[in-house]
Amino acid sequence: MKTIGYIIQKEFKQIFRNKGMLPIIFILPILQLVILSNAATYEVKNIKFAYVDYDRTSTSRALIEKFNASNFFKVLTDFPSQEKASAAMLSGEVDVVMEIPNHFERNLLKEKTADLSITINAIDGAAAGVESGYVNQIVHSFNQGVKMTILDTSKKVAQPVTIQAIPSFWYNTTLDYKTFMVPGILVLLVTMITLFLSGMNIVREKEIGTLEQINVTPIRKSQFIIGKLFPFWIIGMGLLTIGLILAKLIFNTPMLGSLLLLYTYTSIYILVILGMGLLISNFTDTQQQAMFIAWFFVVIFILMSGLFTPIESMPKWAQIVTEFNPIKYFVEIVRMVLLKGSGLGDILPQLLKTLLFAILMNVLAVWSYRKVN
Amino acid sequence: MKEENVIEVNQLTKTFGDFTAVNTISFEVKKGEIFGFLGANGAGKTTAMKMLIGISKPSSGEATVAGFDVYSQPESIKKNIGYMSQKFALYDDLTVKENITFFGGIYGLSRKKIKEKREQLISELGLENISNKLVGSLPLGWKQKLSFSVSLLHDPKIVFLDEPTGGVDPITRRQFWEMIYKAADQGTTIFVTTHYMDEAEYCDRVSIMVEGKIEALDTPKKLKEQFKVDSMNDVFLKLARIPSPTLPKGKRENTDCN
Repeated sequence: MKTIGYIIQKEFKQIFRNKGMLPIIFILPILQLVILSNAATYEVKNIKFAYVDYDRTSTSRALIEKFNASNFFKVLTDFPSQEKASAAMLSGEVDVVMEIPNHFERNLLKEKTADLSITINAIDGAAAGVESGYVNQIVHSFNQGVKMTILDTSKKVAQPVTIQAIPSFWYNTTLDYKTFMVPGILVLLVTMITLFLSGMNIVREKEIGTLEQINVTPIRKSQFIIGKLFPFWIIGMGLLTIGLILAKLIFNTPMLGSLLLLYTYTSIYILVILGMGLLISNFTDTQQQAMFIAWFFVVIFILMSGLFTPIESMPKWAQIVTEFNPIKYFVEIVRMVLLKGSGLGDILPQLLKTLLFAILMNVLAVWSYRKVN
Repeated sequence: MKEENVIEVNQLTKTFGDFTAVNTISFEVKKGEIFGFLGANGAGKTTAMKMLIGISKPSSGEATVAGFDVYSQPESIKKNIGYMSQKFALYDDLTVKENITFFGGIYGLSRKKIKEKREQLISELGLENISNKLVGSLPLGWKQKLSFSVSLLHDPKIVFLDEPTGGVDPITRRQFWEMIYKAADQGTTIFVTTHYMDEAEYCDRVSIMVEGKIEALDTPKKLKEQFKVDSMNDVFLKLARIPSPTLPKGKRENTDCN
């Protein structure tokens, strides 16, 4: 126990003396949280909308006005021809082009139907889907208006029965994407910083030759490893605290569940990450190698964590892979506990799996750490 | 006069793939002796030393250090030896005092003992004024002397020094050897590798390693007689050959590399 104390003392001294590292530990996460939470948005706004109006009637103008009134569309230009509009889309000036054909109004009044052509830049498929949804909404509401006018003039047609679904949004009633993203970004910063720091720490001692000196002492592997990793466990918990405070102050993220539960889970989760860092440092000789390997895993784990894209929409095999991704469980739990107020019973499966990972990872790491070559 | 052997090595061998770094070496080191372990760069000195200090498993052969077997009791060996590597291995970002405290702590010395040793060591080295300075800011010679003193903190039976005076000025080297003599007088066995042939003359006995084998082993005086030369330098030049440059790929990183 005393031996571990000496190592912990030494590590803390070194961490706080490293003027290059301190800002990385404490300022980077803050920037990450503030910038990423604002940037990583699913909302599609300010859609660059252009139209080609061949009809030039009051009806076509009314339709265009509907788009103009929407918050989502930024009505840019009136193109004289479809060719000009296509060229503008090619150069990235517009995202959506609506073409109103000749005789639009006449067809609508006489034949009760008319065609519209909508062209959407679908390089980003998800955004294109959302844009198409918005266009449909506007056209649909325009339709209602037209129907009313027609009904007014010829009262013969019976009004069709319409069914409308009224959704009620739970847990995030205002559909604020930041409420969804901030807890996720919190996971990101706790994970990245602790993994990189712990992964590079032991390799650094390898590089400067002090690890050999340690290996010549009678210190036990477990003492050394616990002493080495404990400071980073503390830093990880500290990061969670900083992140939670910022989330509350800046984003007013709801915190419905028990913070104690979140801390309990995080304390186990960080063990998984530290074990992983140690494992990486056991199999690398330079900080550069350790950094690349850590980066490789972090990127895959994050993209497959459900943080940015829902796991439900991944292919089956990828969903199976995510079962082995500790970040996935942390993302789930932080959202469940903070946003839904889930209790211990609700998160027990994830908690147990994480505990299993922690044990497995650390056993592997301690086992593969060699005092003797 | 029957003297106690603190190191006994018999047919010790280390191979990396098809490259033999240390080839069936055998020797004994007596208690309190200053044993010089010489050889050209890449002759296998460091590899042999790493097997004796318990951080590298031998491929074959036998060896005991301080009465403990290198295969089965490396951790017991580590309690009884000190080691100073050719690469400076104290923490540059800790102060003189903190380094002493840390290494005293992981060797399991009591708090009181650490304090006592720390004060004694700092006054012996004359580091009173800079004991709170980061070790990284000290000149190399001082670092090496500090490093040697730290390797003696836990009163080891044997201390292994791997080219301790590399890159150090002649005056500091002389002071360093005075420290070595003092430790040897107090009964500590010194196992030292060096490239400086004047230092070889200071040793009680000297072995010369050539391409993984021990080619000569005796007192400096007898070696000079045997090879009919006037200095250890000439003995070394007669024996040591530059190792062949066609080294197997990636097999040498753990041997001498300066």
